[in-house]
Amino acid sequence: MHFRNALIAGAVSALLCSPLAAKAETLTIGLGAEPSAIDPHYHNLTPNNALAAHIFSRLIEQDEKQRLTPGLATSWKPIDDLTWEFKLRKGVKFTDGSDFNADDVMASVKRAPNVPNSPSSFALYIKGKTFEKVDDYTIRVKTESPYPLMAVDVSTLHIISDKAVDATTEDFNSGKATAGTGPYKFVEWVPGDRLVLERNDSYYGTKPIWDKVVFKPIKSGPSRVAALLAGDVDFIDEVPTIDIDRLKKDPKLALSQGVSNRIIYLHMDQFREESPFITAKDGSKIKNPLLDVRVRKALSLAINRDLEVERVMEGVAIPAGQLLPEGFFGVSPNLKPDAYDPEGAKKLLAAAGYPNGFKMKVHGPNDRYINDAKILEAVAQMFSRIGIETSVETMTKSVFFKRASSGAPDKSPEFSLVLVGWGSGTGEASSPLKSLLATYDKDKGMGSSNRGRHSSAKMDAVLAEALAAVDDDKRAALLAKATDIGIGEEMGIIPIHYQVNTWAAKKGLKYIARSDERTYAMGVVKN
Amino acid sequence: MSVFIIRRLLQSVVVVAVMSLIVFIGVNIVGNPVDMLINPDADQAEIARVIRDLGLDRPVHEQYMFFVKNALQGDLGKSFVFGESALKLIIQRIPATFELAMVALLMAVIIGVPLGVIAGMRPTAISSRIIMTGSILGFSLPTFWVGLMMIMIFAVTLGWLPSTGRGDTVSVLGIEVSFLTVDGLRHMLMPALNLALLKISLVIRLARAGTREAMHQDYVKFARAKGLSETRVIMVHVLKNIMIPVVTVLGLEFGSLIAFSVVTESVFAWPGMGKLLIDAIHNLDRPIIVAYLMIIVLVFVVINLLVDILYSVLDPRVRLKDAGQ
Repeated sequence: MHFRNALIAGAVSALLCSPLAAKAETLTIGLGAEPSAIDPHYHNLTPNNALAAHIFSRLIEQDEKQRLTPGLATSWKPIDDLTWEFKLRKGVKFTDGSDFNADDVMASVKRAPNVPNSPSSFALYIKGKTFEKVDDYTIRVKTESPYPLMAVDVSTLHIISDKAVDATTEDFNSGKATAGTGPYKFVEWVPGDRLVLERNDSYYGTKPIWDKVVFKPIKSGPSRVAALLAGDVDFIDEVPTIDIDRLKKDPKLALSQGVSNRIIYLHMDQFREESPFITAKDGSKIKNPLLDVRVRKALSLAINRDLEVERVMEGVAIPAGQLLPEGFFGVSPNLKPDAYDPEGAKKLLAAAGYPNGFKMKVHGPNDRYINDAKILEAVAQMFSRIGIETSVETMTKSVFFKRASSGAPDKSPEFSLVLVGWGSGTGEASSPLKSLLATYDKDKGMGSSNRGRHSSAKMDAVLAEALAAVDDDKRAALLAKATDIGIGEEMGIIPIHYQVNTWAAKKGLKYIARSDERTYAMGVVKN
Repeated sequence: MSVFIIRRLLQSVVVVAVMSLIVFIGVNIVGNPVDMLINPDADQAEIARVIRDLGLDRPVHEQYMFFVKNALQGDLGKSFVFGESALKLIIQRIPATFELAMVALLMAVIIGVPLGVIAGMRPTAISSRIIMTGSILGFSLPTFWVGLMMIMIFAVTLGWLPSTGRGDTVSVLGIEVSFLTVDGLRHMLMPALNLALLKISLVIRLARAGTREAMHQDYVKFARAKGLSETRVIMVHVLKNIMIPVVTVLGLEFGSLIAFSVVTESVFAWPGMGKLLIDAIHNLDRPIIVAYLMIIVLVFVVINLLVDILYSVLDPRVRLKDAGQ
């Protein structure tokens, strides 16, 4: 029966569709963002890492909620404060037929941080660690100081065959060196047009259900939706929020949604005595009000998050009170989204010495996050309600990020208040704490994206303690405490909402939504 | 004669040099590519490493000299995003854009000329008015909107054509082309028509004006007096004469067809040069933008140079005037 159905489906699709879709078990995916290379170590960015996950495996995998699960390593544990041991899986084969062992791990560690011309390398996960091969199936990693994030860092490293240790990015893009141990194997890549994968029958894990996967990059949102409606692709990611309602009602489609690790928040200038885009209402210069925690708290209370989520985001977001949604490692049980309280906000402003408010211009990108410009406009109106006369300027991301990070004459951030987003690549709270709230410090590599230059010795101390705590429970508690200080007490940033991502598939398929926003063919299942 | 050519040649070199300076500096003052490329988790050391590797820590004039030095050896730099030669990436995409533009051009002639002739023969008939109104729409409707509407109608509602992408290709002399496969043609129909729409409207107007003029010419009257059929009068005598301005204008418009393909390529996810350029602009992939613009500048300069030279060969007055200056 199944065979007959497949035969009919095959015949029908052969008649109607392109030969690419002729096989019954082909999955065609319309992608919003195309990877820049097949080389798994070339560009450490979401579309590339998502693709690499199909072809390659890692010692430790991250599941759909970014929890760590065994991959090419079957177990890992710290054997003392400075050493971790990984036991490797036996009997795994690369798609070129060679066996997987410790040499391949060493080769990957050697190659990953040193790919020429890499626009964003994996060095940040590998530096400070000394990898050692103990025997063919045991690896030890040493660090100078206790390093609890070892497993998370290792879970980002794609394992290549040791034969490919000197391969160039071109060798991977052409398929010459592209041998992996992942669920799919590489067939061809025509940049801008299609990327074809085939099932890897020797995959050690759960057998993938698709014989063949074709990724088609369709960057334009409306075109991507149209391609799905037309049946040219079976599945798309990055469904535009404006289409979600309509697609939900379409009986031929099925939507999958999941909260992501990305928070949309506001950075506030906390390092200048006079902030360039803030003045008194008459235009005269005033001391930067954002230095006062009461003003920052007032801004947070002024935001009606429920309304913003309902109207601007069409319900596709979750109001935020901290850096990561509930359920992630290291989130604080004490922090809830600030309730809308304009009267309380006005009182705080008055107490801080601004009973009549002030004038402020806020900035944000208009093509980076879902509805970014609209969110900022809504928030600005809410600020105006409590007496802070707020105007908005949004710009394309390529211009915005330069100015927001280093646009001022002394290479410091240019704006007074910006809307930005942060996805926690590690899936736990240390990533945003380190990058967004920790004191900006080049030498220590802290606060690299701290565009408000919030700085608190108290939080820094707790965070430093957390980053050295190997015991998971202790670290989780310390990260939560650091968040309590950074956001609860000091309002270093103002969280707005957690982004919810939407994927759409034709009826009969569903997607296991991932919090890291990646699109995996492995996650597209039949129901 | 040779003095003239040498002088023109020198002028062209100056134009290319000045354009390269304007393009390079213009592209380099906008934004910071590293912000677009880097993983947000990267620390300051990694950001500094990327800035150094891409050569962005150097002052702009140094970067420019470096670019010129390499450009003179035929290397227009490596894409920041793909890490491959910018020139190679653009050349890879040329066939897709070129065949799309060619098909669009063909459509402009095949659809535009007959409609224009019909409208020209009976300017007051209802059919002519419909054609002319249609051509106004063709001029004024935004390309991206028409493209999306076409997808909604022909791909989503009717399901006749594939919505996006390029379809199957075959290799001819090492170049991947899609107009030789059925699947490729089906994929090409909508984007080519979308791209051609503006040109069709243009050709209709040209052909109509030409036909109206030709209908009153003596040779048409004479042909009719000879008792030739109306079909023969139109197909042979009128058509021949109105094609001259149409071909001239379309030749000139071919460049803009390639330039305007940016919008159509984005809507239909067509993997051509235009899409590469627009992606490069979004990601601040400066080498690609610079290489693309330099190629365009070079093409235009070479065409103009050839035209100038031909002109001087054909028309001695140009030469004389030039010498007398």
